[in-house]
Amino acid sequence: MTDTPATGSTAAAVEPAEGDEPQIAYPRTEWDDYEIVPPTTSLSNEKLTMWTFLGSDCLLFGALISTYLLLRNRRPLSGDESLRAADLFDIPFTSVSSFVLLMSSLTMVLAVSAIARGEMERCKLWLLTTAAQGAVFIAGQVYEFTSFYREGLGFTVSISSSAFYTLTGFHGVHVSLGIIMLVTLWAMVNRGIIGPERADTVEIIVLYWHYVDIVWIVIFAVVYLIP
Amino acid sequence: MSTTTEAVPEEIHPSDEAHDDHDHGLSDFGYIKVALLLAVLTAAEVLIYFAPPGALEVPLLLILMVVKFEIVVAYFMHLRFDNKLFTWMFVGGLVLAIAVYAAMGTSMLFWTDPAGCDLSPNLNC
Repeated sequence: MTDTPATGSTAAAVEPAEGDEPQIAYPRTEWDDYEIVPPTTSLSNEKLTMWTFLGSDCLLFGALISTYLLLRNRRPLSGDESLRAADLFDIPFTSVSSFVLLMSSLTMVLAVSAIARGEMERCKLWLLTTAAQGAVFIAGQVYEFTSFYREGLGFTVSISSSAFYTLTGFHGVHVSLGIIMLVTLWAMVNRGIIGPERADTVEIIVLYWHYVDIVWIVIFAVVYLIP
Repeated sequence: MSTTTEAVPEEIHPSDEAHDDHDHGLSDFGYIKVALLLAVLTAAEVLIYFAPPGALEVPLLLILMVVKFEIVVAYFMHLRFDNKLFTWMFVGGLVLAIAVYAAMGTSMLFWTDPAGCDLSPNLNC
């Protein structure tokens, strides 16, 4: 592709040489100065794709959250157990893990700022810190699931427990994927594959990470705090 | 008829692709201030949970949730500083999700199945 104007070209009707197809005249536009018109919105395609994905992922979590809200009070169909996930919530514990995930968004934006300034060592530090905070959150979720299971709330005990585990489990999978992306990103920055000139690439992963954070903001309030 | 020396508008120049879609948001200190605000809002949520202010509990928790969501999206995800097209892509999905599941929720809660089976807590199907 070239962006060099084709000097002296015109778009007006041209007298065809003998044997040639006649050319159709059309109003001249500014694009006639270029051999190929760049098909661009001037936006980053990768970033636009990520935002589109995040918008569509809202539908996934919308389905899971609304399903849990509809089924949260359903008791087991058989047996004497009457456990619901809401009966077992440890709010102080979950608040701490929520706080850790929230602060991981801060370290994430600091990583982007650092790479945009060319401070690669600081960027790597913030990336690892973010991944570590994500790992702490996942560890907390594993602990929570384990303690719920020991209390008798298995995945198939009731339809409400299935909805709870599916919702929070899907979020946990998203966080885990984010950790894998962060560690991969750290390795690429460490090897010099990604530098300050590709800060936009880092920003794509950052968007994903913030997205799992805002989903947890909703889950924490709607599932854990609202009675 | 124009001449060949016309300039192509700056915003569609190929060499500028993918670089002119936003400015760079806040400073590091600005991000720290935003994070502190989020921490305070989270603490307020937990406080409301343990000391519920009566009928205001649920509305307050929902408002705090929306405010936190908005702050993260606007500042940490840079939507406040980015091209509006990104906002439309995300908000479009979000509004669609809310509309679809609000419709589903109301249908489950208020419309009775002809077979006498619904999803209310006291009835099993």
